[in-house]
Amino acid sequence: MTSISEQFGREDWSRFSSRQKWQRFAIFAICALAIAWSITSIEVVWAWVWDAPGQMGDLFERMYPPDTTNIASILRVLWQTVNIATFATAFAVLMSLPVAYLAAQNTTPNRATLWLGRLILVTSRSVNTIIWALLFVAIFGPGVVAGIVAIMFRSIGFVGKLLGEAIEEIDKRPVEALEATGASRFKVIAYAIVPQVMPTFWAVAILRWDINLRESTVLGLVGAGGIGIILQGAIDTFNWPEAATVLLAILALVILGEVISAFLRRRIL
Amino acid sequence: MSATPDTWRKPPFIANPVIRWAVYLGALGYFLWVGATMPIDWNRVADGIGRAGRIFGGAFPPSFERSGLLIDGFLESLKIAILATTGGVLLSIPIAFMAARNVAPMPIYYLGRFVIIVARSFHPVIVAIIFVKAVGFGPFAGVLTLVVYSVGFVAKMLAERIEEIDFGQVEAMRAAGAPFFSTIFYAVFPQIMPRQIGLTIYQLDSNLRASAVVGIVGAGGIGATLANAFGRYDYDFALAITIVIVGVILISEGISGQIRKRIG
Repeated sequence: MTSISEQFGREDWSRFSSRQKWQRFAIFAICALAIAWSITSIEVVWAWVWDAPGQMGDLFERMYPPDTTNIASILRVLWQTVNIATFATAFAVLMSLPVAYLAAQNTTPNRATLWLGRLILVTSRSVNTIIWALLFVAIFGPGVVAGIVAIMFRSIGFVGKLLGEAIEEIDKRPVEALEATGASRFKVIAYAIVPQVMPTFWAVAILRWDINLRESTVLGLVGAGGIGIILQGAIDTFNWPEAATVLLAILALVILGEVISAFLRRRIL
Repeated sequence: MSATPDTWRKPPFIANPVIRWAVYLGALGYFLWVGATMPIDWNRVADGIGRAGRIFGGAFPPSFERSGLLIDGFLESLKIAILATTGGVLLSIPIAFMAARNVAPMPIYYLGRFVIIVARSFHPVIVAIIFVKAVGFGPFAGVLTLVVYSVGFVAKMLAERIEEIDFGQVEAMRAAGAPFFSTIFYAVFPQIMPRQIGLTIYQLDSNLRASAVVGIVGAGGIGATLANAFGRYDYDFALAITIVIVGVILISEGISGQIRKRIG
């Protein structure tokens, strides 16, 4: 049996060597400094901070009880929200197929197309849905079209990236077998690549639909259609009971969406 | 005609033909019906082509003239992200313990789960407008929003990790008569710490990204600068901001990916 002194070169046991200890202290110090810098230099009216719990309580008091007189139009717009999410997901999934094909290293025709594919994915993914929505509201005017296009632009990057990774991980033997029989490029894709990425395709489409449902609830705040418009209206007119109803409706919608997507995932995969 | 076909056909995606056609027709009907009834003003949409030309014409070349404003906005976003990550992670540890089935009693478990579901269901922008109304414009509303956002994600993932721990160590501590908090500190924390640090770094990255959008509804940071530029039709400045946002997000994604790989 080796003693502690033989193993570590000292008599007492400690979990970290002194170098590791200093590293840990340095990391803690950097974190503490970052937090201290943020707290001291952020432009906050501290009186408002101390006032916040009271204000929040007051807000919730005014929200209760939720006002359901407008429930019919809320439900109608909620349905429109679902439609925005579904349409945008469907278009995005279709449009991401060629992008994924370009952005996957093993299927892309040449280096230029690979970088084109990656550029599309990065641009689409790095710009948030709301920022896309701002742009498309300016272009198409307020309404569902701007919302659908905004969500679509954001989703193409997400779906295309995951799908591209799935294409890169396929078993290439079926591809080689088909190519050896002289199959055309289109047939190789349809019979060797598509069946292998099908499960990922559906999983990603369902996941993105779930996310899009959530995102489409806020589009209205910048004028791009959906339930957000009613929420914004209720808040701007200080109609808190109706805002509470809308919030509860959104909560129900999101939870329902999660249940549906979990069900679909179980059935399809 | 022989009984066995001599050509191979791809097996259909849904085996049962009745369900298959019902799903196809249902999907087709849904898209046609909703597509036809959507309130779309096609003339206005057609106008969009010309407008897009004008907007992009105004956006090029991006203007970095007011880079002081840009840097201030970004520093504010960074501060919001740091404070929100700190607050959110600290708050999510107790909530994660409440929402872990193996350490929390049943009623507390449901309470913890409920908190996580509510925090996760609302998009940060919705949370932001409520906080802006409650505590006024500015970065403080942004911090509160992202605290809620962080709790939704970190507490959920951490609770899942706590449910996966090796329970032998907890049992050993309990058998030795250790009180509740000692058990948590010495038997549970060492097992969840690596995951917790990884989650924190991921969340910092994710908060920085989200802080760019909560500003659009008045919660401070670079988003406020962007929304202002857009509102004043300063499309060249807006494009400059967007380019910088994309650049910073890519850099922070790279850094956080590197760190997580090293501690992974």
